[in-house]
Amino acid sequence: MGGLQKKKYERGSATNYITRNKARKKLQLSLADFRRLCILKGIYPHEPKHKKKVNKGSTAPRTFYLFKDIRFLLHEPIVRKFREYKVFVRKLRKAYGKAEWTGVERLRDNKPGYKLDHIIKERYPTFIDALRDIDDALSMCFLFSTFARTGKCHVQTITLCRRLTVEWMNYVVTSRSLRKVFLSIKGIYYQAEVLGQLITWLVPYQFAHDHPTDVDYRVMATFTEMYTTLFGFINFRLYQTLNLVYPPKVTQYLDLTFSCAQQKLSALSASLARVVATAEEEENQLDLFPTEGEDQENMQAREKEQKEQEAQKRLFEGLKFFLNREVPRESLAFILRCFGAEVSWDKSLCIGGTYEVTDETITHQIVDRPDMDKQYINRYYIQPQWVFDSVNAQMRLPVEDYFLGTTLPPHLSPFVEEKDGDYVPPEKLKLMALQRGEKPVQEDEEEEDEEEEEEDDDEEEDDDVDDEELTEEKNLKKLEGTRAQGKTLAVKVTPGKVKPWETGSVGNKVRLEQEEKAEEKRLAIMMMKKKEKYLYDKIMFGKKRTTREVSSLRCAPAKPTRPSLRPFACRWR
Amino acid sequence: PLPPLPRPHPAKGIHKCRKMGQDIRNTVGNVPMEWYQDYPHIGYNLDGKKIFKPIRNKDELDEFLDKMENPDYWRTVHDKMTASDIRLTDEQVDLVHRLQKGQFGDVNFNEYEPSVDFFTNEVMIHPVTNRPQDKRSFIPSLIEKEKVSKLVHAIKMGWIKPRKPKETTPQYYDLWAKEDPNAILGRHKMHVPAPKMRLPGHEESYNPPPEYLLTEEERLVWEQQDAEDRKLPFLPQKHSCLRAVPAFSRFIHERFERCLDLYLCPRQRKMRVNVNPEDLIPKLPKPKDLQPFPTTMSLVYRGHTSLVRCISASPTGQWLVSGSDDFTVRFWEVNTGRCMKTLEVGGAVKSVAWNPNPAVCLVAVCFEHTVLLLNPSLGDRLVVSSTDQLITAYEPPEEDKEQAVTWALSEGLEHNKGHRLTLTHPKAVKQVVWHGKGDYLSSVMPDNSSNLQVLIHQVSKRRTQNPFRKNKGLVQCVSFHPLRPYFFVATQRYVRVYNLIKQELTKKLMTNCKWISSMAIHPGGDNLICGSYDCRLAWFDLDLSTKPYKMLRHHKKALRGVAYHRNYPLFASGADDGSVIVCHGMVYNDLLQNPLIVPVKVLKGHQITHDLGVLDVTFHPTQPWVFSSGADTTIRLFT
Repeated sequence: MGGLQKKKYERGSATNYITRNKARKKLQLSLADFRRLCILKGIYPHEPKHKKKVNKGSTAPRTFYLFKDIRFLLHEPIVRKFREYKVFVRKLRKAYGKAEWTGVERLRDNKPGYKLDHIIKERYPTFIDALRDIDDALSMCFLFSTFARTGKCHVQTITLCRRLTVEWMNYVVTSRSLRKVFLSIKGIYYQAEVLGQLITWLVPYQFAHDHPTDVDYRVMATFTEMYTTLFGFINFRLYQTLNLVYPPKVTQYLDLTFSCAQQKLSALSASLARVVATAEEEENQLDLFPTEGEDQENMQAREKEQKEQEAQKRLFEGLKFFLNREVPRESLAFILRCFGAEVSWDKSLCIGGTYEVTDETITHQIVDRPDMDKQYINRYYIQPQWVFDSVNAQMRLPVEDYFLGTTLPPHLSPFVEEKDGDYVPPEKLKLMALQRGEKPVQEDEEEEDEEEEEEDDDEEEDDDVDDEELTEEKNLKKLEGTRAQGKTLAVKVTPGKVKPWETGSVGNKVRLEQEEKAEEKRLAIMMMKKKEKYLYDKIMFGKKRTTREVSSLRCAPAKPTRPSLRPFACRWR
Repeated sequence: PLPPLPRPHPAKGIHKCRKMGQDIRNTVGNVPMEWYQDYPHIGYNLDGKKIFKPIRNKDELDEFLDKMENPDYWRTVHDKMTASDIRLTDEQVDLVHRLQKGQFGDVNFNEYEPSVDFFTNEVMIHPVTNRPQDKRSFIPSLIEKEKVSKLVHAIKMGWIKPRKPKETTPQYYDLWAKEDPNAILGRHKMHVPAPKMRLPGHEESYNPPPEYLLTEEERLVWEQQDAEDRKLPFLPQKHSCLRAVPAFSRFIHERFERCLDLYLCPRQRKMRVNVNPEDLIPKLPKPKDLQPFPTTMSLVYRGHTSLVRCISASPTGQWLVSGSDDFTVRFWEVNTGRCMKTLEVGGAVKSVAWNPNPAVCLVAVCFEHTVLLLNPSLGDRLVVSSTDQLITAYEPPEEDKEQAVTWALSEGLEHNKGHRLTLTHPKAVKQVVWHGKGDYLSSVMPDNSSNLQVLIHQVSKRRTQNPFRKNKGLVQCVSFHPLRPYFFVATQRYVRVYNLIKQELTKKLMTNCKWISSMAIHPGGDNLICGSYDCRLAWFDLDLSTKPYKMLRHHKKALRGVAYHRNYPLFASGADDGSVIVCHGMVYNDLLQNPLIVPVKVLKGHQITHDLGVLDVTFHPTQPWVFSSGADTTIRLFT
């Protein structure tokens, strides 16, 4: 035999990982610097597959980094910058201590700084990679842009975030890429489709933050530092794709004398002219779209989808909105402009309003108050939820439900995609029916005629899905019926009936067969191996839980009172 | 002499006092004068002589009179050191007054002396040193000129440029102008991208459908739960309009937590098990194809008044015998469910066994210390009479050996009842089993401490022997091999197989059970099943291994009885959960093919009383029927 005795933990997975403390020592960095470096370089701990092997037999909880990652950090030029900065701080402190003010000034002039460009390039080798990862950056920048100058972070950072977010919003408006919006209790979610990537971000409501004490703002600031760099480069590239100049002129408006919302609004209104200019370009592009060598059906489907998207992009085109003072101006102006509407607001509130309330051509006025004294007869007074619901439904919803002072229908999340067996709220069913172009139940004849004229295109579809709709409609009605009953009669006892399949011979057979199958399955389950049985039980448990949740939701209307579910009255504009 | 020093506080004990005219100096030092209370003297003078106290001390009255009469009383001070009164002079009183006012002690001290400048403020006309100034202080410096001209030259030539203003705004450019797909590092392949933030559902809406709102109880539960246990990290809320929506208080927290997740949370690529649960279910032959097996309950035999412990079917399949805790043995006709005979015995019947030989009509019944051989006189008369003849034909041997049990022939009334032979054991008998030929019979007397646990009796010779010399544990049950001279003994955890002819242990089967309750041998003799109180049924293939070939955990509670069918490939197990599970257990003649075990039917019918369900199961000898006896005093037939 012979040979050297092999020592444990000197090969294999134990050598592939390194604990955080060891990594820190290897890099000769303080914990704060190490953290900063990890954030900037996107290094994160890995969970080893066999923790005990990696941990050299111990089961103590430790975080492990890949050894390769740490070795990779060794060559990072920014580490030297960190050290330089440390030296700078030391020198500065010394100069202060000796009261050498010229020295302090000189040191300050030569303050070492670093750039993150190369790190961005390295982390995101292609533009699409970067775009895919921008969700967090957007949310963070939007949050920082709402901060006041409270000393939680540098003013420059806040200004930069504001500038970048305004640029982003401008891009979204210009490219008309907004897809979904959602009013949640946390803030407003937006989803845009940029170069084929779905990007979602969350913007808090316009309130002053009360800054929590248990949050480390240095971590957030480091992230923001990285995100702003990334975001700037992405904005540059996006503007380039639209043949726009970067940085755009709107940023000139940025001045800290205005409040944040004001800046954004003014910026948005300023960019309006450009949106109109680029619309023509887009049309040209779309004409070139059809491709060759594809199946006819595929192409048709694509074309249809494209058409739908086009239609959505022009959802509010030709409408003229006026925002009352109590509605969130910034988000509404952003959304409405994304879909081609004209927006204005009271000039006394904020700069950028282009027309007055008294304008006769205004079609919709967005109001969030129970009543208005002076109302114009030729415009709708609607609540802001209409805009959001319409965007999500990709169609202008009937305005009746959103009138002043009415109880609003529930606001549904557009991000939920129901699979088979999931619970679908009845409102969503209604909406889907409406989207398919189904005729509402109650309406005047005249309106129907109008509607039919408009719906000529969609008639083909109608025939296909008619049956489904019918059944669905019936189900819905039944549901409503049961709900109504639930309200009036708490408990109702009906005499039991002998079901036909219990007596009938045919039905009996079917039932017997079913029972037999069920028993077969039960017996086969008994013969399962222990391991498989465990897995099977787990899967079945999960399935049962989901069905239980769904059923609990389904029978939920018994709990609170739901406003009577009336069909969307339809008046098409 | 120095002027006398005033003593405003004589008690303080500063002993530098000198009296006018006298030089009494007390040398005791700074000690409390109380120490000298009981002595005639008060200290020592410089010469070491005692200073004596004044002869008469003043008392209170003297003091008072003094106070009243003496006009100088207010300026009189008592000196403790010398024990004498001192009258203060006018100067001294004055000094005291001044000190009390905070003034200087010396009357002549002037606090406000005029200040005198040390240095004059007048500029003097003459220099301090008389050295004339250097020439270089009048003419411009050449070196400086040279330096300046150098700088000017450098500026002219463009070597020195003015300092650039610092860039504060970051500069952006097209970073991905030259996208090189080859530049993707190997690291990116190892990269585990962070999952995106979860998209909000309906419940997060500011105006959700009412079914997503929590009820009062759910809300209370939510509030009491820990933050990690909560299903939703927030409370769904409904606001009637957008202007009523408040700021979300945990917004910054959530962003921060996301940041933490991004750089602190260990990541791992996990393969999700994407298994169709239907695929996990083993593909077994359909029970339909494995018929016949009992499927329905067709008869219930009622009559016993207590739980029915044991049953046994006659070899012809016409009769069934059952023993119960109500001290009776009942004989039933299988097809009709009629109780043909009821025999009272003197104890709870633990076990009954019908002689497997069809030419003999004998039933062994055991209760307490007795094993009773009965002739039920059912069925063929010829068989009944030949059985009686067989028993009476016994001739006692010449040498009467000492036996472990006493054999007694029943006569008279007992004979009429059907009793034939009574075997009285030294200990309580739990089980009785017949050998396949019907001549031998074995009885079990579980006892942990002796080797007398199993006895084998021969009926024709009325002989008894104890096959084991050693105690190997508490015997649960025994069984004869149906074809070969083997004997199976199940102790608590093991089954031992003995060769009766060679008189040796051939195999020891490990059941992996905690406590065996029952055992049955396949009629082929190569397979064996063991039921145990820990809900398991172990199938042993004796040719394969001493470990179980299959462990079946079909029952939810302890197994009480197991049985094989004699002809059909069936076996059944009864348990405390009140169910009898019938399985198809096909044993192939081909030695290479393992037995096929498929559960085919779960038979339910017995009620659970006192946590006991089915106590014994047995198959009909010819038909695919199964009998089960239960704690609910019934016997049931499943066909």
